[in-house]
Amino acid sequence: MKYEERLQNVTVLGAAGKMGSGILLLTAVEMADLSLLPENRNKTYVLNAVDVSDEALHGLMGYLKTQIRKIAEKKTMLLRNFYADRSDLIENFDIIDEYIFDVLNIVRPVNAMEVAYQSHIIFEAIKEDPALKVKIFAQIKENSKVNPWFFTNTSSIPITEIDEMAKLDGNIIGFHFYNPPAVQKLVELIRSKHTSNELNDFAVTYAKRLKKTLVPSNDYAGFIGNGHFMRDALYGMQEAQKLASSMGYVQAVYAINKVTQDFLIRPMGIFQLIDYVGIEVCSYIMSVMNPYLENEDLHAELLDIMLAQGIKGGQYSSGAQKDGFLKYEKGRPVAIWDIHKQEYVSIADYSQAVDEKLGTMPTSMKPWKGVNFNKQKDEMLQAIFQEMNQMNSEGALMAKAYNKRSNEIGHLLVNSQVAHSENDVNTVMLTGFFHAYGPINNYLL
Amino acid sequence: MKPNKKVYMVGGYNTISLGTGRKEFNPKVERHGIEHYLKEAGQGVLNQIGGAQNVDDGVIGNFMAARFNNQANLPGFLPMIDAGLSMKYGTSVEGACGSGGLALQAGIRNVLSGASEVSLALGVEVQNTMKAIYGADVLAGAGWFQKRKAGHAYFFPGQFSERAGAYFDKYGKEKARKGMSRWYANAIENARLDPTAQEYHNATADPYSACFKMEPNGKSFVDNLNVLDCSKVSDGASGIAICSEEGLKRIGFAKSEAAEVVSFVQSVRDITQDPTDLTVLEAIKYAANKALEEAGISVHQLATAEVHDCFSIAGILTVEALGLALPGEGCDYVFQGNTARNGIMPINTSGGLIGWGHPTGATGVHQAVTIWQQLTGRAGAYQVNIPEDRPYGMTINMGGDDVTISAIVYKRG
Repeated sequence: MKYEERLQNVTVLGAAGKMGSGILLLTAVEMADLSLLPENRNKTYVLNAVDVSDEALHGLMGYLKTQIRKIAEKKTMLLRNFYADRSDLIENFDIIDEYIFDVLNIVRPVNAMEVAYQSHIIFEAIKEDPALKVKIFAQIKENSKVNPWFFTNTSSIPITEIDEMAKLDGNIIGFHFYNPPAVQKLVELIRSKHTSNELNDFAVTYAKRLKKTLVPSNDYAGFIGNGHFMRDALYGMQEAQKLASSMGYVQAVYAINKVTQDFLIRPMGIFQLIDYVGIEVCSYIMSVMNPYLENEDLHAELLDIMLAQGIKGGQYSSGAQKDGFLKYEKGRPVAIWDIHKQEYVSIADYSQAVDEKLGTMPTSMKPWKGVNFNKQKDEMLQAIFQEMNQMNSEGALMAKAYNKRSNEIGHLLVNSQVAHSENDVNTVMLTGFFHAYGPINNYLL
Repeated sequence: MKPNKKVYMVGGYNTISLGTGRKEFNPKVERHGIEHYLKEAGQGVLNQIGGAQNVDDGVIGNFMAARFNNQANLPGFLPMIDAGLSMKYGTSVEGACGSGGLALQAGIRNVLSGASEVSLALGVEVQNTMKAIYGADVLAGAGWFQKRKAGHAYFFPGQFSERAGAYFDKYGKEKARKGMSRWYANAIENARLDPTAQEYHNATADPYSACFKMEPNGKSFVDNLNVLDCSKVSDGASGIAICSEEGLKRIGFAKSEAAEVVSFVQSVRDITQDPTDLTVLEAIKYAANKALEEAGISVHQLATAEVHDCFSIAGILTVEALGLALPGEGCDYVFQGNTARNGIMPINTSGGLIGWGHPTGATGVHQAVTIWQQLTGRAGAYQVNIPEDRPYGMTINMGGDDVTISAIVYKRG
């Protein structure tokens, strides 16, 4: 079956979720672009957007309309060629509107999963629950007459395990988009032990057509991205708990968040990142990964405490950040949740004292935004970290220790054969997490 | 045409040209509408000429308020500027990006006819109401709509890219792009001296290299122009008073404070016909040379000129149309610095369309304001030397692809 034939009938499961909606958008656009080619004009393309929530599906269509317009506005030159034979479509206005309709016209929002039985490709972006995924895949496999390929967006569950438990005979591949899929370039590609080359080749072509950066990962729980992030987060939380005894809890969380953001020049501090992903999601991913890990316990007591206190983080459907470890106003952290008092304590009350304790930053220091997009990024990082290496302030020492741990995690992923190379680890962190530099670096001693 | 009696321009005023590049521009924040710009420019002129009671009529030049702002019937805004214009003669004129020039032409004719002693000429456009990809549709109205379907998504950049391509083929790309890049650099350097210019805040260290190194890319834009070769999307308005000798007395200005209109030519080329030679701006060539001839001067007697550089290639082709350089040598003439502010023929001394901005319907009036300022020593930081033996200035305003042209020669009054 050819590439474009496979893409004539597709289902996205969990289509109205954060990840699912992005996957749906990209796939809808890809399918529409295929349908507009002269040789495909008489074919019907179907993309089932399956989700349990009608309310979320209602929101999904609005999201799609807005996003397709943005995409269309960026490729109007191409669209004018697509519609060159349509004498009724003259202005960019007309052409963009028609394209939005043509993409939306492929999408079938529905909450009955049975539509998936006709699909050649099933993208899955439901809850990170191995049993649920297996159950649904098995059901589709059993009822489908077209023997579909399954693309799972799991970020942590071993693919081989899903494959074998759902009896998919290798018709599955891990295709892990990063959040949000429409923006993030990275996709981790994970083959089950049984995945066919044909399926793998299709996945590579599809990723290429979507202009994604593909990093293959071996089939170990958590793969590369969460393999690094979860361990990095656990270290941050453990360090904060240690530090709490000497400086107080909220001060410690503030300090670690600041060191990981400002001193390490990352787009956000580790606690903000946990909030972004969601405290519940992080906890769940750790619990999925942990049974597979040898000689380490990937379990964060602090996440349990937060969840017990009802603090979950994550995002609203609008993309706005919910409160978690940090409380946000207009997207900026303003307070920190005190697990003892069980209330948010304003950062302004202690930031100055903690900043003084952490000590000055290198004079050449620049925030992530000023470094990451600069053409002289490497030289800038070299200069900043060279200076930091000479410093013995509390903040510099914490940053060096943190970077060392990040480095160790990077090597662990290569040595345990999760990643094929050091470069793959760094690529995942650079593109999936927008780090300015990879964990495997020689910047800090 | 040579005026059959004395006509002057005086009391010019420009709003800022707002759009990308200005620090106060934020596409996400709601901005002023067309009313605000008309009011500011109109009152800016009236304040200099003793108020609305001195004005006999008003003319508004505008291209596409009907689409950019869903607004037609613009004459109705004249009394909004000042109640003193209520119940007086008012009209609006449209000739695409040449609308401002048409407002000047109309004002001159109103004065020459004897119907008015003082005419208020305004030009306005507020274009940032839509994204550029949709604005391109609206601006494409300056061309023949029957050609829109086959045209580029960015229709006018596409048209002038073809002109640039033809010029490259005929005379050589490298030297052409050198001249076009110098044109851009001149525009930015001049705009930095005018606080109302859109590129006033432009801090590019080396604008010439920035433009020259930016190789045109047809995959992302058009084949033969980069974005710096193009004027930007602008919101703005300009105004100026057009007076008879009687009118000048009425508003209390000395002749020396005004620019005298020595000749004015308006000519149109058939919009349904493609240019016969893409490397020649035929209508501009006709109108500009006729205006010089009727003024009885040679181009070399001009101290400065404002020309319609919607694209850098249009600037180069106008230099050739004016006879400042032979065909194919306009780019060299510009590259050598002759049109820079310290050159032999300073052109677009407040930045032109690329540097000052191009609020389409306002541009023709803005050009007249700059020439009035230069000839009367009011140009502030962007003042250039006006030699005693060359007391002339000129404006050339173009609507569409060399279609609706206004050429006016001015002399220090």
